[in-house]
Amino acid sequence: MAAKNLRVKTCVMVVLVAVFNSVGNVLLAKGMRHLGEVPGWSASIVAPYFLTAFSSGWIWLGISVLLLFFVSYLLVVSWADYSYVTPASAAGYALTPLLGHLLLGEAVTPARWAGVALICVGVALVGPTPPSTTEQH
Amino acid sequence: MRTALFLTIVVFAGTGGEIAATHAMKRLGEVKGFAPRVLLGVLGRAFRLGWMWLGIGLMALAFFSLLALLSWADVGFVVPATAISYVVGALGAKLLLKEHLGLMRWAGILLVTVGVAIVCAR
Repeated sequence: MAAKNLRVKTCVMVVLVAVFNSVGNVLLAKGMRHLGEVPGWSASIVAPYFLTAFSSGWIWLGISVLLLFFVSYLLVVSWADYSYVTPASAAGYALTPLLGHLLLGEAVTPARWAGVALICVGVALVGPTPPSTTEQH
Repeated sequence: MRTALFLTIVVFAGTGGEIAATHAMKRLGEVKGFAPRVLLGVLGRAFRLGWMWLGIGLMALAFFSLLALLSWADVGFVVPATAISYVVGALGAKLLLKEHLGLMRWAGILLVTVGVAIVCAR
């Protein structure tokens, strides 16, 4: 029973980690696209560019969601293996093309869909392994 | 040469940082409650550990090295190449955190590495 509870708790947290990471990155990308490309790399150009970036609601929303990602990541590794959480939460990389396609209208090439499929198979192999293999449990 | 050096820093500092932060959380033990007060208490204790700050420092080093690398190297090469972090991280987990990785987990990690490299390729 304890092992089942641990698996369910880990699964829920890994999904949160993957979703927060993916959504946070898409929100940041959306904010940065509103701003346009960095016009140059000298301090006099970069400083005002980033000041403008921090006045964008999308950027702050992205940063907030990425903070949630970091906190949920810290919580899950308090009991689960690092070598379990990291590949399992790579499902977020499969989610990003999907969100990019649905929210930003990005085209997804057949090669990227193949990559998404490999990630899904990889996550499906990692998923059933014991979430914690150190002596803590 | 410079690209290889920075790529190595990105991969090793990034995974090293995550492993240090994981070690800090393992020292605190399993988080059992999810009420805001419990979570704030856990985070407060976590950020008093040197391992956590070492982890954050290494992750920041990896982030800024990645930014520097992207200023001259092709994003279509750099970002997929960092997918090797999954394998390096798994080795670090085995050697430093003493995790027991079976065949299934290794196979999954290898597939995820190749899949992420393909998804991130431009």
